Amino acid sequence: MKVVLEHLTKRFPSRNRKEKEDVIAVNDFHFEIPDGQLVALLGPSGCGKSTTLNLICGLQKPSDGKIFFGETDVTNLPPESRGVGLVFQNYALYPHLTVEQNIMFPLGNLKGKDKLSKEEMKAKALEAAKVVQIDQLMERKPSELSGGQQQRVAIARALVKRPRVLLLDEPLSNLDARLRLQTREEIRRIQRETLITTVFVTHDQDEAMSISDMIVVMEAGVVQQIGKPQSVYDDPVNLFVAKFLGTPAINVFDGTVKNEKLIIGDDTVLDTPGVPDQDVSVGIRPEGFWVDDNGAFKCDVQAVEVMGRDVSIVSTHAGSQSEKIRSIISTEFKMNHDLKQVRFTLKPGKVHIFNKTTGERIRF
Amino acid sequence: MDNKSMKGWLYLLPAIFFLGVFMVYPLVDVFIYSFEEGYNSASQTFFGVGGYNYSYVLHDPYFLQALKNTFLLVVITVPVSTLIALLISLGLTSITKLRDLYQTIFFLPYVTNTLAIGLVFMILFKKTPYSDGMVNMLLNVFGAGSVDFIDGPYWAKMTVLCIYTIWVVLPFKILILTSALLSVNQDYYNAARVDGTSKFRIFMRITLPMISPSIFYLVITGFIGAFKAYSDAVALFGTDLNAAGMNTIVGYVYDMLYGDSGGYPSYAAAAALILFVIVLTITCINMLIRRKHVYI
Repeated sequence: MKVVLEHLTKRFPSRNRKEKEDVIAVNDFHFEIPDGQLVALLGPSGCGKSTTLNLICGLQKPSDGKIFFGETDVTNLPPESRGVGLVFQNYALYPHLTVEQNIMFPLGNLKGKDKLSKEEMKAKALEAAKVVQIDQLMERKPSELSGGQQQRVAIARALVKRPRVLLLDEPLSNLDARLRLQTREEIRRIQRETLITTVFVTHDQDEAMSISDMIVVMEAGVVQQIGKPQSVYDDPVNLFVAKFLGTPAINVFDGTVKNEKLIIGDDTVLDTPGVPDQDVSVGIRPEGFWVDDNGAFKCDVQAVEVMGRDVSIVSTHAGSQSEKIRSIISTEFKMNHDLKQVRFTLKPGKVHIFNKTTGERIRF
Repeated sequence: MDNKSMKGWLYLLPAIFFLGVFMVYPLVDVFIYSFEEGYNSASQTFFGVGGYNYSYVLHDPYFLQALKNTFLLVVITVPVSTLIALLISLGLTSITKLRDLYQTIFFLPYVTNTLAIGLVFMILFKKTPYSDGMVNMLLNVFGAGSVDFIDGPYWAKMTVLCIYTIWVVLPFKILILTSALLSVNQDYYNAARVDGTSKFRIFMRITLPMISPSIFYLVITGFIGAFKAYSDAVALFGTDLNAAGMNTIVGYVYDMLYGDSGGYPSYAAAAALILFVIVLTITCINMLIRRKHVYI
């Protein structure tokens, strides 16, 4: 089932009486989620990603725009008629019911010809529990489960009705780091197995990048960029997206373009053919540096951190917008640890320049 | 005893002293009184030790009447008031406009003096040479005859006492239930809504279990409170409750001590201990049910 969001907008009336202006949580969201894909809504808190999820599941009504599941317009349908499964950030498992009762709960709502017998419900619950591998825990109460297990129960409860769309609101934020890695693989596996169109909300770009087919980067209610994780990372449309994706984060510098050459501080670092002269913001990915004794980009070394797989050089440069520059160098390069200054050449594909005021990408 | 627990006991000492003097000692004393036969408060002497006081109280028609009244009061007012409070709380939590206003109105009886409320009930229910009371006027409108609620038949008096009691205990219950309802995480309701759960099922399967600890708290305290009823009856029917046939167990204890027929601390002590045993039993039963049916 594909999900089509047509110019979706959600305005909330302002709480503050002095400010009459509405708060626009989601602004003109236009996107088609292809059938059977795993899509991440990614953005900092307050960017409207959870609101978008609530609009898709029907807990909130859009102020403008339409939502289609397949060819059906569901904009005005209540949540229960949409056939969505929703997993809450805190899981919202009913604490007084056992795991089995929790998973069976949505089935108990079926009426008329869809009504199931107790045995059928139990069978379906067991089936869903097996998908998420918690069929051994059916008699437990949620309080007797670990965070990861609770998460699985919540997913099983969302899956048991065979939803057309599965929605996950910050599904991993309540788990510890290790479990988070495990569970995100799990979510990927479950999605692959069930082939249910899945939308999940996260503020963690690692999470979004690692498991989704597509990511939607949002800020302040506005969609910034939509695409495959790698292409969004490699080809950000603006400074916000470039900064938001990637760990360690992209290094940002103040620079100037003069005579089709990019200058940072006093260093002329790169050719930028076709770019008119102007002041720019320069983003360089940590992996965009080569150590080169003849390199044009001169930085003062603060520390060299050996990570095993690679080496991270922490340095400073007058043109940098942040205090430190982090560059990641392969260990094959033998680094002199007592170095005071290091010279880099830059990999052209890893350097992006942006308009100084709007942050829009300037391509070259 | 190590230093730390010494300190703890030291801090507890004032409380233990006062509780001992004003609670434990009187309790033991009442227990002893209740077994002293033929106690004379003037000479402070008694004839013997035995169960005669209990036998007397249990055969006293006034006590049996008080027992019956108290039981009726408990059985009627506790479930009814809890149910009404639950309905009002559900209403209060589902509105946003004017919620504070209604909450204040419902809470007024809590801060109003029992006897003042009694006065208002007199205006509503009492038949005087000049007026039949507001309720009777209403009854007349619907073609029913006047009933003397204060000095009339037993069922009429019992009805007034029950209404009065329910009205007095409502605010506290509404307060507790409203905050219990508001503290249920909204996500549970959203989760249920997404799954298409009907309002009724949400209430039965989610809301009720979630607030069940509060409900049981109210039922237990409600039982205890209703068993100790006295001032409500006085406010409506005056101090001679035996004559009105509306006495309660606590009223009987008071009458045995200080009433016109008073001066019998042994009987009073026996009646008080009977009440104690009843309340203890009921509370234990409640606790057992609670363990079975209340989650957490």
